[in-house]
Amino acid sequence: MSLIRMSSPHVTRSNTSSGVMQLVLLAMIPGILALTLFFGWGTLLQIAICLISGLVFEALALRLRGLPISRFLGDYSATVTALLLAVSIPPSAPVWIGIVGMFVAILFAKQVYGGIGNNPFNPAMVAYALLLVSFPVQMTSWNLPYVLSGSEGWSIPALSDSLSLIFAGSSQVMDAYTGATPLDILRNRDGFTTEEMWRSDQTLIEGAAAYHAVSAAWFMGGIYLIYKKVFTWHTPVSILVTLGLVSAIAYGVDPSNFVDPFNHLTLGATMLAAFFIATDPVSSATSNRGRIVFGIGIGLLIFIIRTWGNYPDAVAFSVLLMNLAAPMIDHYTQPRSYGHKRPRLGPKGE
Amino acid sequence: MKVFSFHGGIHPPENKKQSTRASVRQLPIPKTLVIPTQQHLGLAADPVVSVGDKVLKGQIIAEPVGRISASLHAPTSGTVTAIEEQPVPHASGLTAECIVIESDGLDQWIEHQAIDYKALERTALVNKIRQMGIAGMGGAGFPTDVKLNLGSDHIVTTLIINAAECEPYITADDMLMREHASEILEGIKIIQYLLEPTHTLIGIEDNKPNAIRALNEALADADIDLDLVVVPTKYPSGGERQLIQLLTGVEVPSGKIPADIGIVVQNVGTAQALHRAINHGEPLIQRIVTLTGEAVEHPGNFWTLIGTPFSDLLSAADLKPGALYRLVMGGPMMGVAAETDAVPVIKTTNCLIAATESEMPEAPAAQPCIRCGMCEQACPAQLLPQQLYWFAKGKEFEKAKNHNLFDCIECGACAYVCPSSIPLVQFYRFAKSEIRAEELEQRKADHARERFEARQARLEREAIEKAERRKARAAEAAKAQAERKKQAANEPIKDDSAALKTAAAVARTKLKKAEVALKNAQDKGLDGVDTLQTTVDKLKLAANEAEQALQKSSTTASSTSITPKGEATVAKPDLKALKQQVSIIRTKLKKAEAAEEIDDSAIEALKTRLEEASKAHTDADNALIEKAQGAGIDLKQLRIDVAMAKVAVTKIERAISKSDDETEQETLKTDLESAKSHYDQLESQLKPYE
Repeated sequence: MSLIRMSSPHVTRSNTSSGVMQLVLLAMIPGILALTLFFGWGTLLQIAICLISGLVFEALALRLRGLPISRFLGDYSATVTALLLAVSIPPSAPVWIGIVGMFVAILFAKQVYGGIGNNPFNPAMVAYALLLVSFPVQMTSWNLPYVLSGSEGWSIPALSDSLSLIFAGSSQVMDAYTGATPLDILRNRDGFTTEEMWRSDQTLIEGAAAYHAVSAAWFMGGIYLIYKKVFTWHTPVSILVTLGLVSAIAYGVDPSNFVDPFNHLTLGATMLAAFFIATDPVSSATSNRGRIVFGIGIGLLIFIIRTWGNYPDAVAFSVLLMNLAAPMIDHYTQPRSYGHKRPRLGPKGE
Repeated sequence: MKVFSFHGGIHPPENKKQSTRASVRQLPIPKTLVIPTQQHLGLAADPVVSVGDKVLKGQIIAEPVGRISASLHAPTSGTVTAIEEQPVPHASGLTAECIVIESDGLDQWIEHQAIDYKALERTALVNKIRQMGIAGMGGAGFPTDVKLNLGSDHIVTTLIINAAECEPYITADDMLMREHASEILEGIKIIQYLLEPTHTLIGIEDNKPNAIRALNEALADADIDLDLVVVPTKYPSGGERQLIQLLTGVEVPSGKIPADIGIVVQNVGTAQALHRAINHGEPLIQRIVTLTGEAVEHPGNFWTLIGTPFSDLLSAADLKPGALYRLVMGGPMMGVAAETDAVPVIKTTNCLIAATESEMPEAPAAQPCIRCGMCEQACPAQLLPQQLYWFAKGKEFEKAKNHNLFDCIECGACAYVCPSSIPLVQFYRFAKSEIRAEELEQRKADHARERFEARQARLEREAIEKAERRKARAAEAAKAQAERKKQAANEPIKDDSAALKTAAAVARTKLKKAEVALKNAQDKGLDGVDTLQTTVDKLKLAANEAEQALQKSSTTASSTSITPKGEATVAKPDLKALKQQVSIIRTKLKKAEAAEEIDDSAIEALKTRLEEASKAHTDADNALIEKAQGAGIDLKQLRIDVAMAKVAVTKIERAISKSDDETEQETLKTDLESAKSHYDQLESQLKPYE
């Protein structure tokens, strides 16, 4: 009689990596809906562009590396990267922005390092940073929320307008629909105080609510993922608490020159970063304590870059810088194992 | 009682209901029982029966070797039919030495009786437990007597009885508690008597309400001081270190054992076995085994004799034909898959899962680790499994060690939750064994160096001794010459052999006493082992000298009184048997040295045994040579001649078979005749000296 001989454990929970990724995709739906509702069809079109090009590049890379294409496409990791980049670039960005971005994200940030699980940097953020540095004009022309752009008041920009923006690059339409983002407005105040800007700027007065709504949608999705135990609370909470605290102190000291904590958390991509980007397990710190340190770093960097840096939002750079620091954080934040008085710290674990 | 918690843990489907519907059944006596000599941690037991021996139920059939080892007993009456290599329940799937007993169906007990343990001294009681072959029945099979004999430097504050049984499927302890709660309490009393703990706790998971009720009822009637603590169901709460943390909030320091912090954990099954052994005189020869899984028609629990092949159990629970896909010994989380159903039940076999393919399918192909950290959340030892995995995969063993790889208890919780289906535990086992092998290699190199140095010293010493002996022999010969002359002058020989005999006997007794003292000291790990050792060595030397003096006097006596050809008067030592004995002991010694956990005392014991045996062999050989010398034969030369003659015979035989030429064959045949007669002649000469 010959029986199958396998090592223990003999049972496993029926969860899979692709299942985890599918949950992430599910949790992104509210955010995508909110973006579409307030900024038009552009978001959905960008998703289509990034998704198609991303999967093509992934399949190509897998083929070149001699790996089973269907098995690795089925892990949904390229899909998640495509969606994260698509919601990060301006909804009206020309079609080649998404394609170049996915080329960089999949081939250079991911597959060159050995594919899923081996990338030291978040692929979507590598692509975003590269695009922002290389094509600042296209990457900073954000759509205005529909409440401001539609000449007939409360209406979503027409699909045809979005199509001509993305595929034809019509600058006339572009001007009608795009403008500075709230964070950008609050940074380049031309000598005015933040209070004066809040009173005078149309985008801030009427459009801030749209940004708040999108942030709320990302927040909801993130809470769902914590509830589903896809990731732990450590990274998002430490990012939000750090950014909130630091900006509260600054705002408390000088309300005329600093943005208040609530708008720090809700006007930009903070929520998206905290729940969907910084929580990418591959490129973040590995222990719970490490993730807290990782999140604190991101929160601090977001505040610093937004306040004194040259870019309107700071999420991509903050995440990438902390990705860089993650291995070192890991060395110094090992948990205290059972039966040990202190955790082992440092590169040698001493 | 406050219940603490431990980090991580998982909640796999329990699958316990299937096997608790019926009460525990007694399995019929199997025709053949296969009893592995290693069923416990430590060294394998040494068989004390031979093939063909009749044994009675409960008769000891193998004795412990070294400190950490356990005795074995015949589970039923019958005949020993073989002592041979057989498949055993071990992760390696390899075979090992087993004693095979053909049962006679009479199930006839050896004479046995209860002991009033309270009238016994501690050491005597511990020895009794050792004789009864009790080893931990929860999983690892650690010899119980060792755990209960801690010595004065360990003060036990807390005795924990492990009744958690956290692995899915297994219900053996559950059923034992339901049906024999009072016996368990009696067993606990024995442990309490030995350890004198300040308090005793039973830790049990809340998924066993019937067992809890049974224990509470038994507690109401029993005069015993203990607390029953119900802990929430979470795997692996039954892990020794986890249960300690749950019940006391204390962590056992890494690299230490619970006894170091005053805690001893015993399994409920072990407690019951202790009760049977001491209060009924029945050694550990049977246990409850849970037989479950979807491949059997009637899952349940069975009182099973140790040594019962799995096939007997499977047929008792009505195995569905063709349904068996995987046979797991133990639970699904930490159990070992058996390759064949010929493997026998041993003292640690608590469960047998006959799983179908749909129940325990082959694991899907592993996908890359995405460092999701779910393993980290599940790890009860609070390690970083994902990091350990990367280190094991990259063979960065140093880093793995620094990330506390050796605190991993291999519970499998990480692999259970891994979304990439990575067989994490296997990676850790691999890394651990690589590190252990490396360390062992290092230790072996050190040992070899020490051995080499010792050998050099010994050779020098021997050279000196040899020279002295030669001188002494020359003097002896001169003396003998003188004696013979005196005899010729009809003077009576002065015989001092009686005095020498007494001296030798006295020396032997002294040596034996010292050896017993040394063994005691070693067993208890007392100080002063070294001084005792030197005393023993000295006494050994003295005893040997006395013995030699005695022998010499008797040989000189015989050589003077017996004619040179009087071989018949000297007892013939069986040279072949001695040689065999030497080689057997040498193999055992090698095995012991190669064992993962080197038990130095056992190795020392084997070494002395080897020395004794090889000395007996050389002594016998030397005696023969001397005797031959008396007859004017150079035995060594004669042996060589015989061997050469034999070779010559075979050579010619081969030449004949190869040759086609008839005349050549004829000449060869005459050659063969003469060679044969030469060989026969030499052989007959050698015969009296074999």
